[in-house]
Amino acid sequence: MSDILIASTQKKQSPRLRGATEDTAFARALLILIAILFLLLFLFAPLAVVFVEASAKGFSAFLDTFHEADALAAIRLTLIVAAISVPANLIFGLSAAWAIAKFSFPGKSLLITLIDLPFSVSPVVSGLVYVLVFGAQGLFGKWFSAHGTQIIFAVPGIVLATIFVTFPFVARELIPLMQEQGTVEEEAALTLGASGLRTFWTVTIPNIKWGLLYGVLLCNARAMGEFGAVSVVSGHIRGLTNTIPLQVEILYNEYNSVAAFAMAVLLASLALVTLGLKTFLEWKYADALSGRSRRH
Amino acid sequence: MVHRHKAWRFRVPSVIPGFGITFGYTLFYLSLIVLFPLATLLWRSSELGFSGLYAVASEPRVAAALRTTFSLSLAAAFIDLIFGLIVAWVLTRYEFPGRRLFDAFVDLPFALPTAVAGISLAALYAPNGWFGVYLAEIGVKIAFTRLGILVALIFIGLPFVVRTVQPIIAELEIELEEASATLGAWRLQTLLFVLLPPLVPALLTGFALAFARAIGEYGSVIFIAGNIAYISEIAPLLIVVKLEQYDFAGATAIASIMLAISFVALLVINLIQAWSRKRFGHV
Repeated sequence: MSDILIASTQKKQSPRLRGATEDTAFARALLILIAILFLLLFLFAPLAVVFVEASAKGFSAFLDTFHEADALAAIRLTLIVAAISVPANLIFGLSAAWAIAKFSFPGKSLLITLIDLPFSVSPVVSGLVYVLVFGAQGLFGKWFSAHGTQIIFAVPGIVLATIFVTFPFVARELIPLMQEQGTVEEEAALTLGASGLRTFWTVTIPNIKWGLLYGVLLCNARAMGEFGAVSVVSGHIRGLTNTIPLQVEILYNEYNSVAAFAMAVLLASLALVTLGLKTFLEWKYADALSGRSRRH
Repeated sequence: MVHRHKAWRFRVPSVIPGFGITFGYTLFYLSLIVLFPLATLLWRSSELGFSGLYAVASEPRVAAALRTTFSLSLAAAFIDLIFGLIVAWVLTRYEFPGRRLFDAFVDLPFALPTAVAGISLAALYAPNGWFGVYLAEIGVKIAFTRLGILVALIFIGLPFVVRTVQPIIAELEIELEEASATLGAWRLQTLLFVLLPPLVPALLTGFALAFARAIGEYGSVIFIAGNIAYISEIAPLLIVVKLEQYDFAGATAIASIMLAISFVALLVINLIQAWSRKRFGHV
């Protein structure tokens, strides 16, 4: 009520006596305009062009892309890679968060820094390190090829590189969240006679489920969309070692624009779904996610 | 007789089970996936020695690529700093239709795979693209030049600045502004001398994050860059080129130089945050 009263009295006063902490209507409009124009130009336009270019030759040309065997192989490989790397990093994230958040030991902040390390490494370098370890000239390359297993230019290398670049997602979401929650509830459950595993499933997991989902969501988006690291270790063998992003590159370089953008539509849609769910989780379960500023 | 209570313990005792297995697995998996491969890179580059690294870095094509990457990353991070601050301010302070949507979309560069961003930026700015057509009329060429690299780096760096600054803007106390206005400051004076200083650490952090990301960026750049040797080649691309030529030593050398740059950026970020915690009590 009082707000309305103040607002109505302000309107009658001269413009110089407007709220001391408000910007002028002109400055406000100008800044909003700059921000919106910048976002439209730099964020919305690149997204929109994906869908427009994919449908440039009609809907049937768009659908034709997905009748190609190579396209289907790329989709299958992307799903396989995500199906291995996301659970692997999920288990690691839970394990790391449990050890770091529920116990106190020296060197904890160093451990957290090391877990975040893959985010500071260029995707291309992330791929390169595995070439140096498992490649033909690499540390174990000869041993693996002698035993008939190929890692680089094959699916295992793609999985490893994907695990590397998505390594911190789940852990960095869970660690601050579980640190905030402390150990009181787990201690109560244990005191009442619950086993360690039962405590974990019935006390810890319900407390962290939204944060866990949030981490898995981001991890999956990156796993399916990773380009640089995977490109270095894949060898670009059509139908065998091409994920969707690599297939996008090949089609684009062949000037097959519609097909390239049709494959890109899959990834852009994944990005939109991820953004939507992420925004929903942040809005609906803000309290159940960790309060730390979110950067990736 | 063993005095167990005097024995040094690695961790503080607790009734909660599972430390051994989770801590052990964390160390094992971290070493296997991250530390061992990175150590291999460092070991391989130490074999080259400082002179070997310098020899690769001073190859004209490599030196040009490193210069391109470094200068354009700085420029992109600086542009992100300015527009990121405006976007963060507008999204936090003002109410306008579609604000929530715009806010959610700031994270798009995190979510959109880099290859997709790459081909769509190339399509937008190519001479026959949506923007390229109009830019060509006024004689500006963006795709397949260094400007194209800049555009891609601005795209991927923006959320780092916005998301780092936004929470700090939200926490700014209105009382400070009121006090400043009461004491007779113009609005612009309040903005510059009262509101801006607490934002500086977050702005610097966002700048450093955007810069570090830009240094390593590959997917969104290579499609729009044109990749002309000596002009629009970026350092990560040269790693790929060297690998295709089976020049592992060269690839390793460039990679370790880039790794060094990103670690310095990481160190700077940590120093800024430590300073900020001391000075302002927040990050």
